[in-house]
Amino acid sequence: MKTNDIHFQFPKIVQVPDRFRNPIGKYSIRRNSKCISCGLCAELCPYGVHPRYDDYSKPLRPKDYKCIGFKCKEHDFFCIDRCPEQALTLRRNPILETLGDYRWTAEMLIAHWEMAETGNLPIVDLEYNLGNSGGGFDKIRFKTPNPADYLSLGDDQMDTSILLNKRGDGRPEVINGIPCYGGGMSYGSTALPVMVARARAATLLNTLTCTGEGGYPQDLVPYADHVITQVATGLFGVREETIRFAPMVEFKYAQGAKPGLGGHLLGDKVTPEVAAIRETVVGNALFSPFPFHSVYSVEDHKKHVDWIKEINPSALVSVKVSTPTDVDMVAVGSYYAGAHVVHLDGSYGGTGAAPDIAKKNIAMPIEYAIPKVHRFLQEEGVRDQVCLIASGGIRNALDVAKAIALGADGAVIGTAELVALECVRCGHCESGRGCARGIASTDHELGHMISEEWATQRIVNMYTAWRKQWCEILRQYGMKSIRELIGRSDLLVHLDYLDEEERSNYQPAPQAELII
Amino acid sequence: MPKKYHIPLKTANPRYHPIGKYATVEFREDCAGSCRACVKKKCVYGIFKDNHLHMSTMEEPEYLYTCNSCFRCVQECTRGIFSRVINPEYRTLGDEYWRPDIINRLWYQAHTGKIPVSGAGYRGPFVAAGFDSMWTDMSEIVRPTRDGIHGREYINTCFEISRRISPLKFNADLSLVTETLPILEIPIPLMFRLPDKLIINSPIVESAAKAAQTMETFLLIRPEDYSDALLPYARNLLPSITKGNVADHETLIRQSRAVELAFDKNIENTLGNVRDIKPDIVSIVRIPLNADAASRALKISALDVDTLHFCADEHGNELDAEDPRFLKDMIREVHLKLVEGSVRQKINLVFSGGIAMAEHMAKAIICGADGVIVDIPLLIALECRLCYRCQKDLSCPAKIDDTIDPEWGSQRMINLMGAWHSQLIEVMGAMGIREARRLRGEVGRSMWFEDLEKESFSPLFGKRKIAGLK
Repeated sequence: MKTNDIHFQFPKIVQVPDRFRNPIGKYSIRRNSKCISCGLCAELCPYGVHPRYDDYSKPLRPKDYKCIGFKCKEHDFFCIDRCPEQALTLRRNPILETLGDYRWTAEMLIAHWEMAETGNLPIVDLEYNLGNSGGGFDKIRFKTPNPADYLSLGDDQMDTSILLNKRGDGRPEVINGIPCYGGGMSYGSTALPVMVARARAATLLNTLTCTGEGGYPQDLVPYADHVITQVATGLFGVREETIRFAPMVEFKYAQGAKPGLGGHLLGDKVTPEVAAIRETVVGNALFSPFPFHSVYSVEDHKKHVDWIKEINPSALVSVKVSTPTDVDMVAVGSYYAGAHVVHLDGSYGGTGAAPDIAKKNIAMPIEYAIPKVHRFLQEEGVRDQVCLIASGGIRNALDVAKAIALGADGAVIGTAELVALECVRCGHCESGRGCARGIASTDHELGHMISEEWATQRIVNMYTAWRKQWCEILRQYGMKSIRELIGRSDLLVHLDYLDEEERSNYQPAPQAELII
Repeated sequence: MPKKYHIPLKTANPRYHPIGKYATVEFREDCAGSCRACVKKKCVYGIFKDNHLHMSTMEEPEYLYTCNSCFRCVQECTRGIFSRVINPEYRTLGDEYWRPDIINRLWYQAHTGKIPVSGAGYRGPFVAAGFDSMWTDMSEIVRPTRDGIHGREYINTCFEISRRISPLKFNADLSLVTETLPILEIPIPLMFRLPDKLIINSPIVESAAKAAQTMETFLLIRPEDYSDALLPYARNLLPSITKGNVADHETLIRQSRAVELAFDKNIENTLGNVRDIKPDIVSIVRIPLNADAASRALKISALDVDTLHFCADEHGNELDAEDPRFLKDMIREVHLKLVEGSVRQKINLVFSGGIAMAEHMAKAIICGADGVIVDIPLLIALECRLCYRCQKDLSCPAKIDDTIDPEWGSQRMINLMGAWHSQLIEVMGAMGIREARRLRGEVGRSMWFEDLEKESFSPLFGKRKIAGLK
């Protein structure tokens, strides 16, 4: 693992188009039969919405997902107005009402697909920083910065790295190139190419990804320096060697989407390969118990941590916990037991399968937990010794920045990486053959829909776009490093805590009634 | 080993296609016609399998109900002829409180008896009105009350509807001075009552009675709904009597273990009349959940009443109020009033109205209820769509007014309530609570929106300027 090059070079951007023939965009353009195939629209559009080839004179279906929509009207290349036959119509794509939900809106999904494709922020007017949930991150804004503070530095001079080991205990000071690393998604819940691609992307970005609780597939070994081994209650695939070559070992005490319940892989998804790696029976649902039956006190927990530290003298230990009322006590307990990273997983986090009642109702959203724990660790005088990582409902670059300003060191990202691989969040990851889009499935056919190269580059592209947003925020506040942002909640405002007049200076929280 | 509470769950297929959320739209004039790569043949869920049958008989296509919204057909069709809309019929389900997704998930539970499980994170708003502005707690690593190694089959979900005497007094030889009362215990913190504004007929009543018997709980029933067919279930029926008709229903009272009396000013006399007929009967008083509810509860608790039943409207709102408060806050008010009056231990509280999901049962108990009464979901288990056509004397789209098979009807209700029971156990397991009775009023095992905002956000952002949720 690279430890000292803070200003590391970001990997190359390669355009990685959609896997499917008809990408979904915000706008829809229809060409009717009045078209005389004059080719004017193809000449006009700088975004490539109207493809045309020299040796084929018939009109082709517009690539409407590239269309920038009604704001194009002000340009002289607006195809709708310029078409001599008025054969083109533009409208908001009606399919959007069936895509997305309160937390991941349709526009946020489409924008992330575009980021993953281009490595840039979307050109189309999409709201990708705010969801529609009406609370938490969606009501928190960064304060209007003072223009005098602006730093004119290029992205290459900005530092977005974070330190994972702050204890100074002689173990490596692992430095992450970006303030995020990948969340645990097991073999069984996700497809093997997806796991490998996440590990490859983590290697390219100089960050980490996590095995999840489903064993350590051989294909991950080449990237072992960037793969966290997860030790969860079912202990699937936990072996001495997988602990030995991990830069960090993560204890999963609880998961935000199903706090207080164990992991759950429905029987349909336990294919022969999954069963083999988990050493179980094909077709039998796998429940991980809750909690660790060897841990009933902080002392027991310390034994766990010591055990890992003994087996691998250079590994860091991360403790992943959920967010109960006393999350601050849990965090400080983990610190005293010797953890390097305290990872809080909030209640609105992702999952491969969880009871709906648990996802919605158990434990608190991450927005509340971060400041609570940050403050408590400060009061205990140990905040500087521990890396506080947040996850669970952190969807985009702005959410990451807000989480850091609320008091976290960085974030763990799961869902967004899958969205980069064209997840539509239909929520049917859990049963049958698994994900119809080949992301969360180990089916013999669906599990191989994705190529590792494609997926790797999509994830790299998305983080590259995110990094542009982080750099811009830092520049606005005159900061050179994202570490300066940690705990700077004075730079945040919450719309509900502002006077009406002040509130009007900020973008209002999107509010739309959705059918879920 | 003592007998464990077991709910017999068995798949009970719906009679009609449940109304699904998505509908696929095809612009067939753009179809290539003879395309060999047709996405319909490749659907992962096989929803277009019987497509041609629907075409030939001009029936409603099945795929309206089974589409899982993976967007593969939309994105892969060579000519891009597919689009998707929200099924207009889905939009018409229920109302603003009984939302389509609630009804759809209740159908699923009544069908399978399983807990709804899905992938990906929570999809709803951050916080919403009513029960959606509180979260239940969980226990992380260390907590002595964790069920832990004992497993969830040891979680007890019983509650009582019989009153308690306290404190116990003893003679010098340690024999009891006070006479102990018989205990009437129900293994699941809910009872049934059919909503009187929707369709009630004898097969429905029989289904509910049979379900109540299987689940060892009670069906609250109006005397006019009694029929001879219900005799086998008499032990699990709980007649609702009013002051005016006590005298008419002497036999009914004699054969019942418990009786519900509608509140009136002379409730003491009515109660006396019932006790004259059957002295040891467990008595429940039904009180409208309005502004007077708490003070009335305190007054009635002085009488030897076993349980109080408060009924809110079907959306869980306070009755007779201009700006009604929600069930959650009303339960707190009544519960705390009785705690203040030092009588809460003696009497039991059950609430009805607006209990729509399993989480509402858990949250109502956390707020201070002993149990809840389920009404509308029983009808939804029978495929009711809450279209309220029956209230206008129009035909029922799910033909609930037809003769349904009580065997099927009861199994649907058992499945639904069984799934609720499993979900209650999930939540209690996560909280580390092994007794539903210990959950009662245990707000420490919950987190409330206002408190979390104050605790976590006020130190950062100052004073909250917006009251309420929006």
